[in-house]
Amino acid sequence: MTARPPVFEKFREVQAELERSGAAIFRDPDGVESLVVRSPYSINYIHSYAEDSEFFLGLADGRLRGSKCTAKKCGYVYATPRGHCMECGAPTQWVDLPLKGRLHSWTTCHFGSEAFLQETPYNLCLVEFEGVGSVLLARLKDCTESDLYVGMPVEARFSPTPRYSITDVWFVPASPEA
Amino acid sequence: MYMVTGGLTKFAKAHPAMDFRLMVRRAYDYAVKGIPNLTKDRIDGTRISYFSDHFTRQLKAASMVQDYLGMNPKGSVRIEWGGATGGECFQAGYEAVASGRMDVCLAAGFETMSRVATWKGNEFIALASDTNYDFPLGGFYTGYYALMVVRHIYEYLRRTKFADIPDEREAQRRAIAEGQRIMSKVSVKNHLNALHNPYAQYPKRLTVEDVLRSEMISYPLTREQICTMSDGAAVVILCDEARAREFTDKPIRVTGVGTGTDTMRLADRPFGEVPRMPWEKPSDYADLEYPGVHSFRAGRAAGLEAYRMAGITNPNRQLDFIELHDAYASSEIQTYEDLGLCKYGEGYDFVEHGDPFLKKVDYGFPVPNAGATPVNPSGGLIACGHPVGATGLMQAVFAFWQLQGTIRKHFGDGALQIPNAQRGAIHSHAGTGSAVTVSILERGFRP
Repeated sequence: MTARPPVFEKFREVQAELERSGAAIFRDPDGVESLVVRSPYSINYIHSYAEDSEFFLGLADGRLRGSKCTAKKCGYVYATPRGHCMECGAPTQWVDLPLKGRLHSWTTCHFGSEAFLQETPYNLCLVEFEGVGSVLLARLKDCTESDLYVGMPVEARFSPTPRYSITDVWFVPASPEA
Repeated sequence: MYMVTGGLTKFAKAHPAMDFRLMVRRAYDYAVKGIPNLTKDRIDGTRISYFSDHFTRQLKAASMVQDYLGMNPKGSVRIEWGGATGGECFQAGYEAVASGRMDVCLAAGFETMSRVATWKGNEFIALASDTNYDFPLGGFYTGYYALMVVRHIYEYLRRTKFADIPDEREAQRRAIAEGQRIMSKVSVKNHLNALHNPYAQYPKRLTVEDVLRSEMISYPLTREQICTMSDGAAVVILCDEARAREFTDKPIRVTGVGTGTDTMRLADRPFGEVPRMPWEKPSDYADLEYPGVHSFRAGRAAGLEAYRMAGITNPNRQLDFIELHDAYASSEIQTYEDLGLCKYGEGYDFVEHGDPFLKKVDYGFPVPNAGATPVNPSGGLIACGHPVGATGLMQAVFAFWQLQGTIRKHFGDGALQIPNAQRGAIHSHAGTGSAVTVSILERGFRP
């Protein structure tokens, strides 16, 4: 007797069977049968932050590092750093960004990639800073959806145990001015 | 420059009985069926598109399509440009012929997204956002588009219809509710149109309330306002004028092509001036910081280039329909503005007035201007599905049938046929508007 994987007519059931045994047969409405197998794949990349390294090291130090164009006529300031200016092409230099800003936009994600599903719901925000020409994408914590509005003052928080990731910084509603 | 035929598979959640090679073959067979002199030896080369090697887990999958179709040793190249992959493939085929390098070019595209679970698929798609700054925050494109539409609503509804409400939170909340309601009409439109399109993955009858009540994915976007992952393939055949007449008495001319790009990171978009359509005035946008995160500068650039080439100075009058990249109901509204169908800020009213709706379909709410500028008569990505490498080519196939007047023949139902369609536009769009293509197709024959 040959071992033949179980047959399913719903693709969802095929997926479930692959989790269990690694093989299944899908039968479509025309009676055509296709053998479906599980094919795993995982890898650890050796990832250099290269010219962006200063930004991620800065987060571990409780600093937000942006870029300022070195051309006198330009001087564009970027909240998300870049080695060269997108407007004039000149090299940039590192500058410290303010730790307080305002919500340029926001959302609450009730889903995400597989890797982030266990963190849902989470908030994303774009933060604008006084005198800075672009914004920064980050997580927004310690608030509920009904608190949030465009223009809301927020401030940065940093992870005490850095993982050298953009998630080492997040924003929270700004504490009232003393 | 002419398109002479096209074909596609049904777009489906999964096609386990066909791998990508067979899907493309089926689409190709459909395209050449009934054109006896369009034999394989008449095709000089190919352009083949798919978005993600992660979904195929097979590099050089385009080579395997070339091989399976028996096209070796003709010239070929793989095209990839994010969500705009299919639109770029169409234009790559156009360029191969326009340059004189080929007389006849096959442009084929596919995607096989069912090979991973939905949320892993979202992860693969989000790898097309900056993996240093964007991906680690959630790896979720719907989240990025939600950020864009929250700002779009702030710019264009909060500051207009809700300008009198003093409490900022209250004003924004009401503006978002209004935006959600109007976006839901787009979803209703596209799902209902698709009831007459046998190639569509998710045709259904919905109400605005159904759309609003569907699961919240990323505030304010609900499940029914978002396209889904698909398996599917589509092909088109492009050639010069002399050959076009040999293959069909109903060839369709490609009269304009345009492309645009923008920063990969949403956060890097500048706050500058609007590149204006020739009929727009500086005073229209005196206080608007553009594109910010609310609009797609790449879409505006692509539209400007394609319109200039095709001589379009009044798109609402000169275009009989548009198949545009509605991965989200929000991006359909944003795209009306990019393409100059209305001014920036008027996208919501464009829906409310009914311009992008079809005359012959009952949507369950009033659409006074229905038929003015039908958008996504096929059902678009929201209802047809979005097998990325095939999507832009699918739009070309639907546009081709519209302009030939052969929708009834191919759909088995004539409800979606735009009467006497002479000229249409197709629009393909990559993540957060980082790249957009627009192509203009026109009837190349007399009835």
